[in-house]
Amino acid sequence: MTGKLLVSTRKGLFTVERSAGAWAITKTDFLGDNVSLTLTDPRDGRHYAALDHGHFGVKLHRSTASGFEEIPAPVYPPKPDGLVENDMWGRPLAWTTARVWALEAGGADEPGVLWCGTQPGGLFRSTDHGSSWTMVRSLWDHPKRKMWMGGGADLPGIHSIVVDPRNSNCVWIAVSTGGIWYTADAGASWTQRGEGMRADHVPPELTHDPIAQDVHCLVQCAAQPSRMWVQHHNGIFVSSDEGRTFTEIKNVNPSVFGFPVAVHPREPDTAWFVPEIKDEKRIPVGGKLVLTRTRDSAKTFEVLADGLPQVHAYDVVYRHALAIDATGDRLAFGSTTGGLWVSENQGDAWICVSHTLPPVYAVRFA
Amino acid sequence: MVKVVFTANIQRHVACPEAEAPGATVREVLDGVFAANARARSYVLDDQAALRRHMTIFVDGAAIADRSQLSDAVGPESTIYVFQALSGG
Repeated sequence: MTGKLLVSTRKGLFTVERSAGAWAITKTDFLGDNVSLTLTDPRDGRHYAALDHGHFGVKLHRSTASGFEEIPAPVYPPKPDGLVENDMWGRPLAWTTARVWALEAGGADEPGVLWCGTQPGGLFRSTDHGSSWTMVRSLWDHPKRKMWMGGGADLPGIHSIVVDPRNSNCVWIAVSTGGIWYTADAGASWTQRGEGMRADHVPPELTHDPIAQDVHCLVQCAAQPSRMWVQHHNGIFVSSDEGRTFTEIKNVNPSVFGFPVAVHPREPDTAWFVPEIKDEKRIPVGGKLVLTRTRDSAKTFEVLADGLPQVHAYDVVYRHALAIDATGDRLAFGSTTGGLWVSENQGDAWICVSHTLPPVYAVRFA
Repeated sequence: MVKVVFTANIQRHVACPEAEAPGATVREVLDGVFAANARARSYVLDDQAALRRHMTIFVDGAAIADRSQLSDAVGPESTIYVFQALSGG
């Protein structure tokens, strides 16, 4: 089992480790700085950390034997002179990395390959462990890319990247907002996926348009890659055909709204969600922090609350802040109010590691 | 030679000692400074080589007008200050 977590927060990166049956913070990095996301490369154990220094921009760091070193962050290509491209607010769209919002390792057969999704919508690929990045122009130049819109953030962004464990050339990305996109040739060409999802915050003629979908998080079952789960702005959706079509899951107690989703690595029918009231009221229902879990492909759901605050809890769990380890037994999540919980039994019971962390942006097993 | 002074707040991320470089515009001078301190460049300029949104540059006490091309003129005795833009709070 994995006994190590990397917790990205508004004020630093916290390493949490299990020792003698207890979980505790064992290391801090970048204390005081905004760490938005990490990646631990399963192929070589390297850690990557994305930082947002505000005034000074977005940076990437990579672990070495003696600590983190700064490596280049993805850089957008020169915006052509005279090109008029505005964001949805009518302002000129800056071709510059505003946020690293997805960071994933390539396949087991392509060591050194990394994928990076950003706001305002650029996807980047590295073949040298992040020492250099190349924008995936086929996606950035796709005419429909300009139809992507900002969601809760001002700018559209790629927040989910899924590499097919059977074929590293096959990659899915999810965009908020812009739906799901798929490549079968390592990014040379892209097609839209995601029929069946529904967006009720857009005009009726766009409700079922795959590009109008505000996917909050996309995950894939490692052992059965045809099964994908989506936490969407409008609720929960599940696909059994590699994201071509989705079925909406309704009537989940206490809510279908939320940001993250986790799927068991070997059991495609088992998935976890962190519900909130709904889009315009993003707090746990009734002030009770719970997760929901299905073990039967969303026919039924259980509410998981053991060990979680059930009185006046207003924790929000961001899309990258729920993690599951490779065994499928351990889960961890962190909240905007600085809570961090771990479960060692698939969510049946939760252990509070801390409730005084800075706002948590991302949690990943390392 | 034009003197360039960086905000103290940038120093904990990347060393930016006071520097000097020739040039007739802010761009020319900064290009010279960043040629010798490449890592500092991305902390001040964005992907399009424009001044980062929340940064500001003063030349001899006046904020520059051209934040994208950095074409504001400088004299041989000028001092360029590279600061964060602060507002409110």
